[in-house]
Amino acid sequence: MSAGTDKTKPVDHAGAAAAFVADTPHLAFHDRRLWELRQKRDGQMHVIPEWQELRSLASAIKEHTLSRLADYLEQFEAQAKARGVTVHWARNAEEHNATVLRIMREHKAKTLAKSKSMLTEECEMAPFLERHGITITETDLGERIQQLDGQAPSHIVVPAVHKLREDVARVFARTIGGDPNNADPNALAEHARVTTRPLMLDADIGMTGANFLVAETGAVVVCTNEGNADLSANIPKVHIVSAGIEKLIPRQADLGVFIRLLSRSALGSPITQYTSHFRGPRAGAEMHIILVDNGRSQRLGEEDFWPSLKCIRCGACMNTCPVYRRSGGLSYGAVYSGPIGAIINPSYDPMRYSTLPFASTLNGSCTSVCPVKINIHDQLYKWRRVIAERGLLPKNKALSLRIAGYVLASPRLYRLATGAARMAVRHLPRALLYSKLNSWGRDREVPAAPKESFAAWAARNRPVKR
Amino acid sequence: MTVALAIPCFIDAFFPEVGIASLELLERLGVDVTYPQGQTCCGQPMANNGCQGAAKGAEAHFVDLFGDFDAVVMPSGSCVHHLRDHLDAVPQTDRVKHVRAHTYELVEYLHDVLQVRDFPWAEFPHKVGLHNSCGTLRSLRTASMSEMGETPFSKPLDLLHGVRGIEVVMPARPDECCGFGGTFSVAEDAVSGRMGLDKVRDHQQAGADYIVSADTSCLMHQQGCARRAGLPLRFIHIAQILNGARA
Repeated sequence: MSAGTDKTKPVDHAGAAAAFVADTPHLAFHDRRLWELRQKRDGQMHVIPEWQELRSLASAIKEHTLSRLADYLEQFEAQAKARGVTVHWARNAEEHNATVLRIMREHKAKTLAKSKSMLTEECEMAPFLERHGITITETDLGERIQQLDGQAPSHIVVPAVHKLREDVARVFARTIGGDPNNADPNALAEHARVTTRPLMLDADIGMTGANFLVAETGAVVVCTNEGNADLSANIPKVHIVSAGIEKLIPRQADLGVFIRLLSRSALGSPITQYTSHFRGPRAGAEMHIILVDNGRSQRLGEEDFWPSLKCIRCGACMNTCPVYRRSGGLSYGAVYSGPIGAIINPSYDPMRYSTLPFASTLNGSCTSVCPVKINIHDQLYKWRRVIAERGLLPKNKALSLRIAGYVLASPRLYRLATGAARMAVRHLPRALLYSKLNSWGRDREVPAAPKESFAAWAARNRPVKR
Repeated sequence: MTVALAIPCFIDAFFPEVGIASLELLERLGVDVTYPQGQTCCGQPMANNGCQGAAKGAEAHFVDLFGDFDAVVMPSGSCVHHLRDHLDAVPQTDRVKHVRAHTYELVEYLHDVLQVRDFPWAEFPHKVGLHNSCGTLRSLRTASMSEMGETPFSKPLDLLHGVRGIEVVMPARPDECCGFGGTFSVAEDAVSGRMGLDKVRDHQQAGADYIVSADTSCLMHQQGCARRAGLPLRFIHIAQILNGARA
């Protein structure tokens, strides 16, 4: 179901999605489960009369912060340092990973317990550290399932949402023992808890991501539902925070706007079970924050694409996306999937991710649910232009669009072409009409062709007046 | 007031009855409407694939043909969305700007410009599900979006309420995209086909005998999906119902 790992070719989203669609039980569950989240989100929206004002405010705060990002980063660094935190800067994934490894080595650490962090996925940190002999334990249940299965998260909030509980039972049986036929959710959750908790308690170093960095106070804010980030941060002697530089917000007072939006947009719950504020190391412990750029400042300079940096990683765009729900996160072949992934990934590698902006009907519901008002579907449209201009469309597609453009610019050629199409539909035998070349006909019937076009009817019945 | 009827390529070639209903309806309502011959396409298929350059000829031709009219009416939401919001492959002359600002989707034109609500000649004694295309819903804003929590409104329903005997049924996911998406329907045919199937099943489960829409492109796709699945649903453009079609 994964879209392949050959990094020299464009991701085959359509192919991976077709495989996903073919597996009806998984498809139906995935669609239903995520639609349920969208409906819960709608329910939360309806009980907050100022919902749209909140979105506007959140968007404005993020825009303001991004317009003065350097200043807020320095303010954040100064505040964090003043509280005894060590702040590291990483220009890219390599620097981030090297920094983590250096901290690990300084403490002769071999084990790392970490909570969910899309940034560490983006930096491909896990394989790097594992190559250097570090054992990593994912502490979020969904991430743990994905880690045990050797798969990337398929959704940024619910990483294993593409799996049925029967799948989870089989993954556990294969990796941490247990009955492959016992798919009782409580039993599975308990089994994961019992087997993961000792690894969390014994870890040399704990790592978390960050949902928000507050410039005014130097605080790191982490939102989880399982409390796993708190264990990762509070039990080991060293807490490393991995955070993208776009996570900044100016003031503590701004935080409420985002906290009110985040979990409501993500899961349709009023707030996450835990909203933890880390403002400095515990007595006798260390706290490190790694501030990672990895392409963000470059995107900030891109006139059309900087708004994606407002993203607070709630996943609402994925839950509402009819294409995502029917293709699964892994079909995007990228760290970030769904609509937000389709506009973020191409900025890292336009060729490899050239197919993703086309994995959309441009229906626009992603833009409507985005709590920070990112113009996602406009960006999808704009990315298509960039991809076409850079010659990254598949050759046959680019050629047929050029021919179509030529034909559609000429009334005479247009009449010939549409006349021929009508003839073909009227007279071709079914076997030929529904040949392999006709991908329309794989899934649906071709419309019946009338004898004459509207233009021909109008020429007879409404002779031109002017 | 000179009004032109613009008929999208796929309606011209495959669904002439939609063009005929649109023309007759406007005439019935006293609009001095002309159908200029020589129409092709608005440029949307190329532009939506990022190929602005390839869209240029069609866009220029459209403006040539319609630049002299006071208003252009089109029975297709997605084409009007392209013309209004994306027609930028050609230099933005006053003529181009005029066309972009004065092109209306048929429902908008009836509802907002002509402000008609009654269609005394129309009777449609069937259960219908209304499909709002994403272009009409989120760009032209002819109906409220469920995900925005706004006060519900629907211009197409306002019009359909002026038709005798019609019963409108509501699917469980009224605003879900049907999966047509232009070339998406062939480039991502598996997902597109599944979305279409889910859409028509949703309408069928709501009790619809017909699916009505202001967008024939969505209907063409949904009809194809329903026929493949052997569902007995029927499909009709809103212009046909408003013009008095009985079935």
